[in-house]
Amino acid sequence: MSTQDAREVSDKLMIELRNMNKWYGDFHVLKNINLEVKKGERIVICGPSGSGKSTMIRCINRLEEHQEGDIIVNGVELTNNLKNIEIIRKDVGMVFQHFNLFPHLTVLENCCLAPIWVKKEPRKQAEATAMQYLERVKIPEQALKYPGQLSGGQQQRVAIARSLCMNPDVMLFDEPTSALDPEMIKEVLDVMIELADEGGMTMLCVTHEMGFAKRVADRVIFMDAGQIIEENEPHEFFNNPQHERTQLFLSQIIQH
Amino acid sequence: MKYDLEPTLPAPSSTTGVIGWMRRNLFSNATNSIATLIIGYFLVTLLGPALQWAFIDSDWFGDSPAACTSGGACWAFITYRMDQFMYGFYPETEYWRINITFLIFAVAIIWLVTDKTPYKGYVSIFVLFIYPVIAFYLLYGGSFGLEVIETHKWGGLSLTLVLAIIGIVAAMPFGILLALGRRSNMPIVKAFSVIYIEFWRGVPLITVLFMASVMLPLFVPEEITFDKLLRALIGIILFQSAYMAEVIRGGLQAIPKGQYEAADSLGLSYWKSMSFIILPQALKMMIPGIVNTFIALFKDTSLVLIIGLFDILAIVQAANSDSAWLGFSTEGYIFVAFVFWVFCFGMSRYSQNLEKRLQTGHNTR
Repeated sequence: MSTQDAREVSDKLMIELRNMNKWYGDFHVLKNINLEVKKGERIVICGPSGSGKSTMIRCINRLEEHQEGDIIVNGVELTNNLKNIEIIRKDVGMVFQHFNLFPHLTVLENCCLAPIWVKKEPRKQAEATAMQYLERVKIPEQALKYPGQLSGGQQQRVAIARSLCMNPDVMLFDEPTSALDPEMIKEVLDVMIELADEGGMTMLCVTHEMGFAKRVADRVIFMDAGQIIEENEPHEFFNNPQHERTQLFLSQIIQH
Repeated sequence: MKYDLEPTLPAPSSTTGVIGWMRRNLFSNATNSIATLIIGYFLVTLLGPALQWAFIDSDWFGDSPAACTSGGACWAFITYRMDQFMYGFYPETEYWRINITFLIFAVAIIWLVTDKTPYKGYVSIFVLFIYPVIAFYLLYGGSFGLEVIETHKWGGLSLTLVLAIIGIVAAMPFGILLALGRRSNMPIVKAFSVIYIEFWRGVPLITVLFMASVMLPLFVPEEITFDKLLRALIGIILFQSAYMAEVIRGGLQAIPKGQYEAADSLGLSYWKSMSFIILPQALKMMIPGIVNTFIALFKDTSLVLIIGLFDILAIVQAANSDSAWLGFSTEGYIFVAFVFWVFCFGMSRYSQNLEKRLQTGHNTR
């Protein structure tokens, strides 16, 4: 039922970064970042390590604080105002490199905690929703296990389900496959591709999986040294990179 | 290509069973065998006379030293005064009040620590909020037709338990708040916590108790009189919560940053992420340290004897100087040590059991 055609990118802006700058102490990690993401757009961010890609998406839900410029998510400006941060975090789900599941809770409890305590859903309803998402990531049978009893790939799929349970408008993926064993990368990517194909979800994904980028991205962004060097739709980006640094990066990762 | 799995075989018999265990652990080589024999010899020569003294040649009952004729331990000294060692100077006709207080507590605690009993939530609420009121009126009286029994009449094991239980139950939440405060981003909260913790950790408990009992009355107006027991309790709680805070802080720091970030990214507020995500993991991880603090607190309650409260140690010491029963202080001290050991060992075993039960087979990612 979900095909490429189901994708719809509306004109509504979901995320706006305007002249954003960030420093770690004296170190200028993000330099003058400008980025507009429309509702339903799928964006892949790549670049060498230390280029600030993770830091950039972590600024979007305030896991990192930016010092200059504006970040606007779904019409709400991200400031020190705790209310705004709260609203934005409800709208924005995040999947981490190291899964960050809660080890003392079962898979089901991991998924239900935030819906129950943040969105005040009744437990029954939260559990039903959670089971639905666990089915979508194809591990409903693990619902009563603890994260420590699952493989890395399964844990990451639970982490995706956990974020989806909050019914977010935006999903941020911070290198979701780079801590996984090679044989488990595909099961996680498949789930992400399915999510992308369904349409409607705005996705920002920091990843080195170029196949994934070609398959689902509307736009690929290349970052180096804290700046956005180049952005383009995937076909152009991979076949006709404009910037020298991008060409070097692509030649280096494709060699292997 | 097909291949067959090798069959799973049992371990060789020489490595299992009693013989195998002894061979591996006691007689694995010449040096170990000699060490085993020497230690065995000392155990037998020391333990034998001790057992003989304590059990075989001992007298258990009687109302004067004359009953002790067997030449071993005179436990009659203990059994004769057992009521006093348990209840202090509490009036004999009111012993039932202490008994019921601790009986309710024991039942509630057993209920809570046993696996799979229902209504654990309600029982915890009862223990934390309703029980203290009941216990206060039962022990102290002054209402419901119970006569007031002033705290200077309290004593013995029941006083030790009152000090220890209230100390433990109150120091824990204060400790948690102080630990969170010390890691807070708010400068005033953080400064307060740091100063508090470092102050109380820097002074000996004895000093605190002296201050509470001798100095405090000098500084407050004469009309205000605090009960001596209450003052000692406040001192113990303030002191121990600082230690508790540092243990819990250790646990908080050991939680990976990713857990905080995951909780944040799901939109959980500070208090929710602390109570559902961070503290359950931190407290579980720090069970050995927390129980260690509980045990230290339990034993430290005996320091109240220097401010004139008759906990079990003080009351046994007082009994030692009774002219009718001179010369039985060994029995007295062994008895006190045994009572402390039973409680502390119980806590220690329970904590090990709890650790095992809370194990969810996780790596902490």
